[in-house]
Amino acid sequence: MSTIVLVSVIVMGSLGLLLGLVIGFFAKIFKVETDSRVDLVAELLPGANCGGCGKAGCADFAKSVVSGENPPGKCPVSSAEQINAIAMALGIDAGGGFKKRAVVRCGGDIHQVARKINYNGVLDCASASLIAGGPKGCRYGCIGMGSCAAVCPFGAIELVNNLALVHPEICVGCGKCVSACPRGVIQLVPIESTVHVYCNSPEKGPEKRKNCKVSCLGCRKCEKTAPEKFKVEGFLAHVQYDAPVLPTEEDVEAVKCPTGALLTAARHKEIETNDPEFSVNE
Amino acid sequence: MNKSSRSVMTFKNGIHPVYHGKELSESAETRVAPLLARYTVPLAQNAGKPPEVVVNPGDHVKKYQLIAKASGFVSANLHSPVSGTVKGLVDVPGPMGVPAKALEIVPDGLNEEMEPLPAIDWRTAEPKALLDRIAECGLVGMGGASFPTHVKLSPPPEKEIDTLILNGAECEPYLTADHRLMLEDPESVLAGAAVMGRILGIGDRVFIGVEMNKIDAIHRLNEKAEAYGVNIIPLKVQYPQGSEKQLINAITGREVPAGGLPMDAKCVVQNTGTAAAVADAVLRGRPLVERIVTVTGSVVKNPGNWKLLIGTPVIEAIKLAGGVTEEPGKLILGGPMMGFAQKSFEVPVSKNTSGILLLAQDQAVNYVSGNCIRCGRCVQGCPMHLMPCAIAAAVESYRFDLAKKHHVMDCLECGACAYVCPAKRPLVQHNRRAKAEIRRLTAKK
Amino acid sequence: MDETSKNVPENDIKLPTGEKLVVSSSPHLSSPERTSKIMGRVLLALAFPAAAGIWYFGLRAAWVIFLTTVFCVAAEAVWCKLARKPVKATILDGSAAVTGVILALNLPPHVPFYVPLIGAVLAIWIGKQIFGGLGYNPFNPAVVARVGLLIALPAIMTTWPAPRGMNSGYPSFKEFKTSVDAVTCATPLSIAGTMPKSTDRYETSHFRKIDNVELIKKYALGCKGGCIGETCIPAIVFGAILLVCFNLINWRVPICYVGTVAIVTGVVNYFYPGVTPSPLFHLVTGGLMFAAVFMATDMVTCPITGTGCVIFAVGCGVITSVIRIWGNYPEGVSFAILFMNALVPLIDKASALRPFGHTAKPKEVAK
Repeated sequence: MSTIVLVSVIVMGSLGLLLGLVIGFFAKIFKVETDSRVDLVAELLPGANCGGCGKAGCADFAKSVVSGENPPGKCPVSSAEQINAIAMALGIDAGGGFKKRAVVRCGGDIHQVARKINYNGVLDCASASLIAGGPKGCRYGCIGMGSCAAVCPFGAIELVNNLALVHPEICVGCGKCVSACPRGVIQLVPIESTVHVYCNSPEKGPEKRKNCKVSCLGCRKCEKTAPEKFKVEGFLAHVQYDAPVLPTEEDVEAVKCPTGALLTAARHKEIETNDPEFSVNE
Repeated sequence: MNKSSRSVMTFKNGIHPVYHGKELSESAETRVAPLLARYTVPLAQNAGKPPEVVVNPGDHVKKYQLIAKASGFVSANLHSPVSGTVKGLVDVPGPMGVPAKALEIVPDGLNEEMEPLPAIDWRTAEPKALLDRIAECGLVGMGGASFPTHVKLSPPPEKEIDTLILNGAECEPYLTADHRLMLEDPESVLAGAAVMGRILGIGDRVFIGVEMNKIDAIHRLNEKAEAYGVNIIPLKVQYPQGSEKQLINAITGREVPAGGLPMDAKCVVQNTGTAAAVADAVLRGRPLVERIVTVTGSVVKNPGNWKLLIGTPVIEAIKLAGGVTEEPGKLILGGPMMGFAQKSFEVPVSKNTSGILLLAQDQAVNYVSGNCIRCGRCVQGCPMHLMPCAIAAAVESYRFDLAKKHHVMDCLECGACAYVCPAKRPLVQHNRRAKAEIRRLTAKK
Repeated sequence: MDETSKNVPENDIKLPTGEKLVVSSSPHLSSPERTSKIMGRVLLALAFPAAAGIWYFGLRAAWVIFLTTVFCVAAEAVWCKLARKPVKATILDGSAAVTGVILALNLPPHVPFYVPLIGAVLAIWIGKQIFGGLGYNPFNPAVVARVGLLIALPAIMTTWPAPRGMNSGYPSFKEFKTSVDAVTCATPLSIAGTMPKSTDRYETSHFRKIDNVELIKKYALGCKGGCIGETCIPAIVFGAILLVCFNLINWRVPICYVGTVAIVTGVVNYFYPGVTPSPLFHLVTGGLMFAAVFMATDMVTCPITGTGCVIFAVGCGVITSVIRIWGNYPEGVSFAILFMNALVPLIDKASALRPFGHTAKPKEVAK
């Protein structure tokens, strides 16, 4: 018995020693020189690997920051303090662009879209849009099957009454949802903006009206009230996000959008989440 | 091809739908529809470029008058189905669910017709003259793809064509329009086949493939076939026998190379309806303004076949058939396997509408996306020998590259896989998604 | 309106409103086939060996089958409840019941109640649900459970009660209700396994005792020790015919599996009759027939294409024969099936079909 124990201990011990030596040897001669600054930056980055910066992930972005390809501010997720910390650690300028947030430019939830279609098939926006133009009457609005919510790495998109709703406090503006949406309803807007036109349909007013109660009719009321903040292109109003002054709640009240397509984000969320039976007309 | 043994030919794999639904309308003689109050003639009725409108709102047009002119080679003329007043361009629900532009024409009831074009003696005429006549009359493939006929009949000179096949298989359940046509007007079909054979310079290899469930049509065609030098090929009742590639394989034994066209297998395939339209155009000088449409379904009161003018709204066709017995669960333009589900009854009949099918609510499939149990029925059924289950699994995890490796681009969307799937997985929709996604990615590059 | 409306009594025509129109991808028809129907038919085919097992081993066998099935369904329900999956829909697809019956027919007839319980949990949880449920499991759940039980509880899993009528040859109605626990016997395969092997070309005598025409007849009819479902060969063959007729299994799998075992054992037996008994003996004893018909053919865990099925079945047959002839375990079907299950993705890849229009040489298609 004792010999068995002894033999096993000796065999296992020497095996371990041998393998350890081998690993140590190879680690020494095949050592890959890494820039310690890359690790440092990677540590300071959020590690969400969202891809919002345009790189393959946080490690890749760290490399590009160290090489000077990208400024630290290009990370959409990190807060200003985190970016400053990276910039200070590397002794470079923080740089950075505008902080952005995604917004779903559609208010056509299940209660607002008039012609609902009984759709049967794959529950995926892109797949559904291939079948008879999608389940909702409007061909430009949110399909409401949550392909954007599925790709959001931060869980910032919620489906309420078959309408995607971005929670601005969670969204970091990585833009994954923008490319996932087959309709192009989602837009990245400056983080400070609070007022949006919740409609994406370029159709003529009456056509839209047939399909949706809360569509923008292109009446130009907003443009007349505050021409520097809103612009109507074709039959669809746009918030001028690059204007020096962004519209506020007061502007929304002044405009009194007849269909309620122009709303503050807070009010939009309130309508969708609190009052499912809410309808502008009734 | 084994012409000597006239046995029942077929292709490998495929399915046998349990219910054909053809008995609803196959014995109903084709009737001519009465004149309606208005017609909406869709502009884009052909694959390729839509034609350009050549009439103005308020114009008076005669029946058979040109209302839109082909805007290029791959485009087709459009003629007025009635005499009346052009109201203008309107938006109508299109067959693909996307609104389409259509010319609204209000008939005046006078039924003024254009002078028919001079008849051509096809046996002596130049192929070019025949081809021009077909182009002039706005003929498109009436089986579904609506490819302009004159384009299909003028293959590039480097492609040798030795076989013309007329598709009389009508393998789609419920549809009987081609069946009635072959039964009631076999001579037009045969003459059209012979004309197209002459255009292509094919002597004896002109075939009409007909499924064995239309044995009466086979007999009717055979009575006259000799005179036109056309061979009638009985085919096994098997879906999708009427798919171009499968039809070529069944009759000639050739395989159309992947991604290729029938002309790559030295074949041209045309629909029997198109052949009849060719005969109309060449022998009678009449452009294509009407077609036989099967209005059927278990909820339709009097299913049957009607000669409908292009631009007839679907709801009017249903009215002709006596309305419905209960609220339908699905409206399909075309057959139940490859047709398109509609969301509006205002869709107009176009040159490629072979059927208007109303399914009862409990009859239409309810896709539930159950778990794939790898039963392999889709693999056994796929006429292209693909593995739909593997493609669907790849698409569900957004691996479109993997779907491409499984040859999703060869998919015909015939629906055999989804039909047999015991888990009711929407396999065709997955394939469509993958094809759209792969096309988008290659276009980007 | 024009004269059309005058001719037709407009009011009599009921027109659809379109309210209930469903929009979906084509095809708009579907076959009446459903997953639950498939499973129901498999259960019907399993009824043959189950009935034979109950006939030979008495009501105790029925109790084991009942317990195992109930435990399997319950295990599935519990998992679905915990994983917040639809419970009713998952149970109603019938796959848990099929797994339960197959597992039960793979158990000795007199096992205590906790064996089916452990087996059910192993099969449904470890064998199936942790991979994502029906269709995602790489291994046949019933085989996973059987192998698990065999390794964990070797004594119980290899103690075989003698079938009724072991001595007379045919069981009678009289003793149907009597317990058979008292008498145990060995399976022909385990007897063969304990016999000394001899590579002498002419030494055959010691296998004669268990491998002769009289005994093989008896074995084939089911009068031998073994698991509930594996003993009666005619019942299994009936089940197989049913399955093939219903297009539920690929006929290549049982044929190639059994055929391979027959060939391998036949060759070895021909050259070295002292190493292993005759191929006929191998076919009628042990779980080979049952496994080849009901376990290796499981849709989820066997290859999709015909060629793949042949490769799979031949592999199963070779491994089974090797374990039976040279291995420590008297029986090797479960291990063989598990091993080949693991190779199925590779086999599927290797046996992919040639799509229509693709020549053997990949041809560059027109751009």
